[in-house]
Amino acid sequence: MKTFYNIFVILIVAMTLASCGGAEQDTKAPESADKHEGSAPQAGTGSYDPKRGEGKFTLANLALSDKLDPVMAKAGEATTEVKCSPCHKLTDEKLVGPGWKGVTTRRAPDWIMNFITNPDPMIDKDPAVQAMLEMCMVRMPNQSLSDKEARDLLEFMRKNDGLK
Amino acid sequence: MKTKLHLAMIAGLLAIVLLPSCKPKDTSSAVTGDAASKSYVAPGKYDEFYNFVSGGFSGQMSCYGLPSGRLLRVIPVFAVDPEKGWGYSEETKPMLNTSHGFVPWDDLHHTEMSQTNGEVDGRWVFGNANNTPRVARIDLTTFRTVEIIELPNSAGNHSSPFITENTEYVIAGTRFSVPSDNADGDVAINTYKQNFKGYLSFISVGKDDGKMDIAFQLACPGVNFDLSHAGKGKSHGWFFFSCYNTEQANSLLEVNASQRDKDFIMAVNWKKAEEYIKAGKGKKVPAKYAHNTYSDATHSATSEMKTDVMVLDTKEFTDICYMIPCPKSPHGCDVDPTGEYIVGSGKLAALIPVFSFDKVQAAIANKAFDGQFDGINVIKYEAALYGEVKKPGLGPLHTEFDGKGNAYTSFFVSSEVVKWNIKDLKVLDRVPTFYSVGHLCVPGGDSKKPFGKYLIAYNKITKDRFLPTGPELSQSAQLFDISGEKMQMILDFPTIGEPHYAQAAPADLIRKNQVKIFKIDENKHAYVTKGEKESKVVREGNKVHVYMTAIRSHFSPDNIEGVKMGDEVYFHVTNLEQDWDVPHGFAIKGAINAELLIMPGETATLKWIPEKVGIFPMYCTDFCSALHQEMQGYIRVSPAGSNVPLMFSLGNTIDGKAPATK
Repeated sequence: MKTFYNIFVILIVAMTLASCGGAEQDTKAPESADKHEGSAPQAGTGSYDPKRGEGKFTLANLALSDKLDPVMAKAGEATTEVKCSPCHKLTDEKLVGPGWKGVTTRRAPDWIMNFITNPDPMIDKDPAVQAMLEMCMVRMPNQSLSDKEARDLLEFMRKNDGLK
Repeated sequence: MKTKLHLAMIAGLLAIVLLPSCKPKDTSSAVTGDAASKSYVAPGKYDEFYNFVSGGFSGQMSCYGLPSGRLLRVIPVFAVDPEKGWGYSEETKPMLNTSHGFVPWDDLHHTEMSQTNGEVDGRWVFGNANNTPRVARIDLTTFRTVEIIELPNSAGNHSSPFITENTEYVIAGTRFSVPSDNADGDVAINTYKQNFKGYLSFISVGKDDGKMDIAFQLACPGVNFDLSHAGKGKSHGWFFFSCYNTEQANSLLEVNASQRDKDFIMAVNWKKAEEYIKAGKGKKVPAKYAHNTYSDATHSATSEMKTDVMVLDTKEFTDICYMIPCPKSPHGCDVDPTGEYIVGSGKLAALIPVFSFDKVQAAIANKAFDGQFDGINVIKYEAALYGEVKKPGLGPLHTEFDGKGNAYTSFFVSSEVVKWNIKDLKVLDRVPTFYSVGHLCVPGGDSKKPFGKYLIAYNKITKDRFLPTGPELSQSAQLFDISGEKMQMILDFPTIGEPHYAQAAPADLIRKNQVKIFKIDENKHAYVTKGEKESKVVREGNKVHVYMTAIRSHFSPDNIEGVKMGDEVYFHVTNLEQDWDVPHGFAIKGAINAELLIMPGETATLKWIPEKVGIFPMYCTDFCSALHQEMQGYIRVSPAGSNVPLMFSLGNTIDGKAPATK
């Protein structure tokens, strides 16, 4: 069998040389597909901190006060009604996602801020979120919250949990 | 064993390639071993170029990636598209309005990308409607048709939508000359010479917003204007139009419009025409044409009917238009990247004439004229001619450029692409196409700065190229690598509709500008619902407005009662999602309509007139989450005069109202 194939290949090569004109095309080295610019983003791996999640927020840069900022909380409530309330109730009752009651005691504030502004990587990595996904079966959408909107939302959640 | 098999397969393929190499017309010739790797873009990798291809009689524009030939998107333009609700939603219906009313179809022949300083700038792509004359502008941040303007005094808008080097104007020349809209059109057809006129429209384009307006029209002799291209660089300020049927025949054009050995390329000094318009020499003429615009703020289109147009009669001015004789029935009219050479492709000619802009200017200065055609000076052929490409092939149609001094001309009758040198007019290479090539495209190939890496040939006939699909076969594109001295075919792919002209641009020019979502806070739709709390149903006489929201994975409200026979129901659905690639769909049983496909942050409206009493389900048509199959609702339709009150609910939480019960 092996000889047969080899002979066949040799024959082809010979035909190439003998054919009238042969292949007139350039036979430069094939361009690697990797040369095509750009590529779809790949999920990265690396260390993940389940306490603060993944994102730009830390306890330090949040610098939360013990007192409620009612103006921020009010703005957060308005954002909630447009972007959050279809799936989250303010009680502990689950709708599409879990109810918000007690969320600020269950999760650290930087974790909440990172999750609501950067949900996809955390859904892929965070053990608590993955457990929640098994229950809810819907990935929390990225609602494209601005930093201010997210911070206002956190303040509204704190108010919802009784902070004065 | 596996490697052996591969070896055998490669050898077999080689044999197929090589055996017929003495007969270059065979379907499988011209493919060499590394073709696959040149067009292969691995999964997850992006293409190098966006390629905007006219959809011909589909009325749409398609967007492919190059070099893979992957279809990225079909952009609805002049034809309704039920998949996207285009022409079916209340918001998009006005886009297809014309002076003839709502027209659901057209024939899109040419695409042209906007340019700045003669280079493709990636902002907009224009398309022409050939049947009911219109020009459309597509915004390349949303890949949506955002504007359509109708053209009065025109018929068969074929010589269109070509642009000047800073997108100052989009040009639209009429293919069919007709009596002007303002004249009494009830004339004998054989009075063509007296009563029929050819109009060229100069559509201004807003520098920043792209807004189109017909700045002026040039009234020209009645002939068929076929194709055109703007001058660039030194010839900026001029436009060149191919003209056929200079016999001015009105029947059996196949014979009667092929009598003369030479027709014309008409050179138009549009800067001069602009001056005359500024000097008040134009005439405002009554006309009726639609101007339709789409707003991303209101997510809605509006249609305005215009009532007049500025016309300049070229008969009254001898220094705007000049006829350059061109053999024979010219089709393509292409200007090289330097702006010096104008290539006319006579469909029935056995050579390709190349005209020199400098010589044309000298001929005008020296009055090297050879009489007049219908009041327009005819420049002597030799006085304008740079030279001829001899025996290039049969049936030359279109020419594109690579920016390295070469031109590529398609030959319909001999089914081939011929590469030739612009300076010495020598043929350098020829490759067969499969079959009957029409247009060509080199990325940036009609601009000052072509990206001469690929050439795509758009073929009219594909029989035996793909698996057969009954009597109706697709058209095709064939991709050639033109980076070397010889053209190398590397890919075949089927296209939607019939591809005519196409344009392409480096991906980076467009990719970085993509809109991913519409911000819900900025939604200014008259019937937007910003949050479920605002969702409601409102009756106004027999009109029922449903303010509905969609988010993974429910509608609010999802139960509606109290709709009666004789009602017109408007579902204004707002997608509350704010993440990329999460559209929701909306459809309702029995609607004599299409679906809605609503992007994140957008509002779209489906009009539904219930046809009978009963319960009608509605659902989300675009798989949105694991609970997509749960994204549904019901509407109850009662007889006219029924006393079922108008009620709406979601679960039992909306407005504190209990779910409606019988």
